[in-house]
Amino acid sequence: MELSRFDVEQHASDIHEVERWVSLAAATAVMAFGFMRRSAPGVALAVAAAPLAYRGLVGKWPFENGYANDTRTALSGDRGIHVREAVRIERPVNEVYRLWRQLENLPRVLTHLEQVKELGDGRSHWIARGPADLGVEWDAEIINEVENRVIAWRSLPQSDVVTAGSVTFKSVRGGRGTELSVHLQYAPPAGRAGAFLARIFGREPNQTIREDLRRMKQVLEAGEIPRTSIGEPRI
Amino acid sequence: MKAVCYYGTQDIRVETVPDPQILNPRDAIVRITSTAICGSDLHIYGGYIPTMEKGDVLGHEFMGEVVEVGRDNHRLAVGDRVVVPFTIACGRCYFCKEQLWSLCDNSNPNAWMAEKLYGFSASGLFGYSHMYGGYPGGQAQYARVPFADVGPIKVPETLTDEQVLFLSDIFPTGYMAAENCQIKPGDTVAVWGCGPVGQFAIQSAYMLGAERVIAIDRFPERLALAASHGRAEVLDYDVVDVPEALRDMTGGQGPDACIDAVGLESHGTTLDAWYDRVKTRMFLATDRPHALREAISSCRKGGTISIPGVYGGWLDKFPLGAAFAKGLTLKMGQTHMHKYMPLLLDRIERGDIDPSFIVTHRVALDDAPEMYRTFREKGDGCIKVVMKPN
Repeated sequence: MELSRFDVEQHASDIHEVERWVSLAAATAVMAFGFMRRSAPGVALAVAAAPLAYRGLVGKWPFENGYANDTRTALSGDRGIHVREAVRIERPVNEVYRLWRQLENLPRVLTHLEQVKELGDGRSHWIARGPADLGVEWDAEIINEVENRVIAWRSLPQSDVVTAGSVTFKSVRGGRGTELSVHLQYAPPAGRAGAFLARIFGREPNQTIREDLRRMKQVLEAGEIPRTSIGEPRI
Repeated sequence: MKAVCYYGTQDIRVETVPDPQILNPRDAIVRITSTAICGSDLHIYGGYIPTMEKGDVLGHEFMGEVVEVGRDNHRLAVGDRVVVPFTIACGRCYFCKEQLWSLCDNSNPNAWMAEKLYGFSASGLFGYSHMYGGYPGGQAQYARVPFADVGPIKVPETLTDEQVLFLSDIFPTGYMAAENCQIKPGDTVAVWGCGPVGQFAIQSAYMLGAERVIAIDRFPERLALAASHGRAEVLDYDVVDVPEALRDMTGGQGPDACIDAVGLESHGTTLDAWYDRVKTRMFLATDRPHALREAISSCRKGGTISIPGVYGGWLDKFPLGAAFAKGLTLKMGQTHMHKYMPLLLDRIERGDIDPSFIVTHRVALDDAPEMYRTFREKGDGCIKVVMKPN
């Protein structure tokens, strides 16, 4: 897996050279396809590809000031992509909490994660597969932790991605079950459009997180992940 | 091993496929001694079930001998003789704990497909499309059984295969259909469809205290079996107007409960039935709910409609107004197999019922393509086909 690292100091052109060429090529293809249709939807499609072409030529999205690498700036207000999913697990809250708190366990059930390494002092190093199989990695710190209630974290400066998130735990059904809510925020390497394209390519973040949570539920409840063939269960 | 595989609408082939193997810790592998064709397999055969793929192994009614168990399966041992429920359930989620086994949260690897279509996913099923998990079925020489520490039920050697095989689906399905009718002593229950599930629903309705059971079909051999073995009063819908006949037979009040053991491929000779046929042919509708419409209009006020027949899509001209006006209760869904199997095995052991009465054809696995055709056309008096794969 190739890891894409971009230099956070370069605000003017903060995407990789390869990504620029890919953006330009994709935009050209979409525009050509759109115009060749010689129809109103075709032209609309071609016009819609203009920002992507701009990005390919200039290296950033139109009307965009470039990413800040500070989570508070990058993810404030409506910025960044928000993913919210919840799952109910028929196990006591302390058991569900324990699995989450041992961060190094997470790649077992969260398929988009390759590896999490705890660095001590509430800090950890994360490696994930991002949109279009681009690899990303970042360092994170836990910023809030209440046992059996909540774990929240954010990425540290100099990371590939700017991300923050929280998991809240709620005991339900007289302590027999747990409601787990995940809220993830991120400004991915390819921006909002990246997530949009990822959705077209079948890597819609909500669905990915939902499948991850389902897998976690299956491990905690059934002790195994249902499958019909050897190897990774299908997503 | 040999297996009955789906290749397209009305295209079933017996193929050689790889033997199944243990994939998960709670699995077991069963060498199949008897396996049956279910009426719901005909929905696949007819092309009504989405997300089937070429080469999928069919079959969900099977039993056999355990030949291998996973490392976390402490319930079964090699050599055990078991009947396998057609629904797959983990036994530990909210739904399993609430006895709603066919709604298990954790047994469908493709839950997202069912979620797109239905909002939530029910349990995985053997040999019944990828939307229900894509599990290879039991019309084969061997099958892998997931969560085999909660599903399969051990059966004593004193009972024959044919006496216990139908614990895998149709007997519990007919029984749950009758139980869903909330029968009180003195009640009259009407059953649409005298196929295998209908026959078991008739007998179960009596077991649960019904005073009268009225059975509706058009095939003479099915009506005859319902009358002789099931002790039901019978109506041939080719001959009589069913709602009118039911009204006459119940002093103008209508049956207390109505069971639709027909499902999405209902036949019928009335105008609405032809309308359904035209719409489904043109892909404007997915299901043909003629029997269900008739059940709703025939049922007495405040009565219960119980639906063991399979539906898959969006129904057209569904008389919800009638159901509402009469304050009906509708109960339906796949059978909560694990809840009923021990209870019904006990009934068989006590001699209350011998489910083998239903079998009309005993064949080899190689005869499957021909038998699917015969069963679909209801030719040769075909009611239930049992195959011996080994």
